[in-house]
Amino acid sequence: MYSAVISLITIFGVIIAALSVSAGLIWLERRLLALWQDRYGPNRVGPFGLLQVLADMIKILSKEDWVPPFADAAVFVVAPAAIIVPVLLTFAIITYAPGIAVADLNIGLLFFLAMSSLAVYGVVLAGWASDSKYSLLGSMRAAAQMLSYEVFMSLSLMGVVMLAGSFDLKNIVEAQKGLWYVVPQFSGMLIFLTAGIAETRRLPFDLPEAEGELVAGFHAEYSGMKFALFFVEEYLGITLISVLICVLFFGGWQGPLLPPLAWLAIKTLFFICFFILLRATFPRPRYDQLMSFGWKVMLPLALLNLVVTGGIVLATR
Amino acid sequence: MKVQESSADALAAAEQKFGGPGFTRQQVQGGPPVIWAPADKLPQLLRYLKSEAGSPFPMLYNLTAIDERLRSHRRDQPEGDFTLAYHLFSLDRAEDICVKTALKGESPAAQSIVNIWPAANWYEREAWDMFGIVFNGHPHLRRILMPPTWEGHPLRKEHPARATEMEPYRLPEAREEKEEQALKFRPEDWGISRRHGDTDFLFLNVGPQHPGTHGLLRIVLQLDGEVIVDAVPDIGYHHRGAEKMGERQTWHTYIPYTDRIDYLGGVLNNLPYVMAVEQLAGIEVPERAQVIRVMLSELFRIASHLVWYGTFAQDVGTMSPVFYMFTDRERLFDIIAAICGDRMHPNWFRIGGVAQDLPRGWDAGVRDFLAYLPRRLQEYDRIVMQNRIFKARTKGIGAYSLKEAVEWGVTGPGLRACGLEWDLRKQRPYSGYDQFEFDIPTADAGDCYDRAAVRVAEISQSLRIISQCVENMPPGPYKAGHPLAAPPPKQRTLADIETLITHFLQAGWGPVIPPGEATAAVEAAKGINSYYLISDGGSGPYRLRIRTPSFPHLQMIPFISGGAMIPDLLAILGSIDYVLADVDR
Repeated sequence: MYSAVISLITIFGVIIAALSVSAGLIWLERRLLALWQDRYGPNRVGPFGLLQVLADMIKILSKEDWVPPFADAAVFVVAPAAIIVPVLLTFAIITYAPGIAVADLNIGLLFFLAMSSLAVYGVVLAGWASDSKYSLLGSMRAAAQMLSYEVFMSLSLMGVVMLAGSFDLKNIVEAQKGLWYVVPQFSGMLIFLTAGIAETRRLPFDLPEAEGELVAGFHAEYSGMKFALFFVEEYLGITLISVLICVLFFGGWQGPLLPPLAWLAIKTLFFICFFILLRATFPRPRYDQLMSFGWKVMLPLALLNLVVTGGIVLATR
Repeated sequence: MKVQESSADALAAAEQKFGGPGFTRQQVQGGPPVIWAPADKLPQLLRYLKSEAGSPFPMLYNLTAIDERLRSHRRDQPEGDFTLAYHLFSLDRAEDICVKTALKGESPAAQSIVNIWPAANWYEREAWDMFGIVFNGHPHLRRILMPPTWEGHPLRKEHPARATEMEPYRLPEAREEKEEQALKFRPEDWGISRRHGDTDFLFLNVGPQHPGTHGLLRIVLQLDGEVIVDAVPDIGYHHRGAEKMGERQTWHTYIPYTDRIDYLGGVLNNLPYVMAVEQLAGIEVPERAQVIRVMLSELFRIASHLVWYGTFAQDVGTMSPVFYMFTDRERLFDIIAAICGDRMHPNWFRIGGVAQDLPRGWDAGVRDFLAYLPRRLQEYDRIVMQNRIFKARTKGIGAYSLKEAVEWGVTGPGLRACGLEWDLRKQRPYSGYDQFEFDIPTADAGDCYDRAAVRVAEISQSLRIISQCVENMPPGPYKAGHPLAAPPPKQRTLADIETLITHFLQAGWGPVIPPGEATAAVEAAKGINSYYLISDGGSGPYRLRIRTPSFPHLQMIPFISGGAMIPDLLAILGSIDYVLADVDR
């Protein structure tokens, strides 16, 4: 009974935390971008404009729930859910601090990779069901981009798995007690970071949306709460990838003095800000350039990293 | 203006070859030498002048028409109801020539010259749209600026100029049906096919509302996957009838309209207009006014280039630069507003000078800006021009050769990016530009990146010119004392009835400019911008033609974007640096 209550609290705690962090990120991103772009950003609603998120939510919830007459209605409605559920599920397998995890899964990392593959469906279905040319082009780009970047995303993580000897995220963190994996797995970290940005479809990998060319790409036809799901999913994705980078390469909750959860939060926030900084800095490569970068540069690098790590692990064991 | 030597040779040779009845010269107050040729000989003559003549004119710079039916002063011109004017340019010799031909009848027709110059395509469509002149042999003669359902040809004299002269607008069902039908997309109407072999093409409608088109521009893309097979621009959404409005404004009250042609160029639009009027009236502009004009023109060139810089970076996906550059432009506008009293549309040049003298302490702000911007430009160079993704997106994209640029009538940075050191300010200095030291930046590849590099370098050169203006601003009047430019002195109006009447008429109607024709051109931010004015001895122009750089540049889009991908098209559009108001007028 007691343990059931504890796990219920953890489940809701994680969901609420994940959702409110991603909602807060909307504010954080707008303020940070504004800071870097010599302007103010939202600063009117509440202290430092913090209540802007609330105002946005009220606005978006009160909008008409509209399905375009030419769209495939059933798929059109399912797609936003199909994109957000896998991301939310992945938060279940992360060990945030000793004892704080929804599911202590011994194949946690594999579960994450499986879920991130599923997320492609949401994007493709959204673009397809919209029956609009811009959406179609966007979702075609998304499918190609996410599939190719997933290949070396999983490969880049295998180095970590070899070093830790486990797919369990808790074990991976504990194995970093002496030395964070960012040191032995530096290239693996860079590859995972790149693939992570591509998975979240953020600039410079925002080709499926590409505002200047495809207007809004795969979600061009969406509005109201269904659009908000895409929007929140993007921020959930950023949070997820940031947490995972910390857990896999930067010692997770480990750190002196402060409580474990605080350490994870600080590290995660750092990477979230890094994501936002990337967005403020980079131009967008072209679709074919992105694909050839993935297949011709990142994939060989990931394979090389795998072979070298494997060799060293074998030699030292 | 004097007839240049080699162009006089070319004229003499042409006269010998094609001379005969109907082949005459016309005296004009300003602009290129004008010759008249009979319509049947025109295509041969133009072909000769383009490539066969000893000193050829390879660029079709402008093509327009004039409705002559109500014009009373037509000394030494052949009889005719409509006139076609072909303005040709030779960049090598910095010479130009205007060939005119008279057309008779209410529904005139002429031979198309699209097979001689591809750039004639849009110009001939415009002449058909505006005057109803049919061009036999034109591949696709349909309306270009007006909607396809429009009745009448707006620049004909019988077409009303104001809504109040027209019937109230009604939309009965039959007409609504017709309008709806006209909106339907049929690829055949656009001159593109639905399929080729086994490939069914995808048609993507970009615009007229689209975040990447910089205004009301529609482009229909014929796509094979994401690769562009053909791109057909559809313009006219920003058409306001600026040329028609000229015919009912006074010489003076038209100046604010020019501001709004290239709305990023501000006074750069005032300049060719007032210069053309000054040539018609024979007004000499005082030195101080000329330097003030140069300084303001260069300030606006920087403002225009800054907008282009930021939006171009945004077109290839960089989010931040546009904010930095708009902030800088705002500093510039502070200076411009302090001098002119307005920001984007200062309406500040006047016939014979400028509206007011420079305010006290004007130079402090300009000096601050001169010290401020170079540092910023270095930073922008690092974040935009040196960025590797930016280079990958723009190098080798949308390239054209110098020969193609001349063929299509490209001027300005787009021409200089092909390696030709050609700037109207140097090649044919106006408004005292020969007194300034500056370089003409060029590049070699003629692609998107090089067009960008040329513009970026031009900002620094403009700063150089401005600093010379600040250091050497001459004293003296800011406006000519010519009777057509300035009101009579107040003391004399009180003593002398003739002066009082003149003052009264000038205040009521504005100046009456003597009959004649003049063309004045300036190197605007986007290319050469010129105004062709015809005065029939009235208080306003009889015909006003605005030749803008954006029009021919945009016509080139299908030519340079075939085989590119959708994102490349956006890079190409950004690198052309057009303004839709400048295209449609």
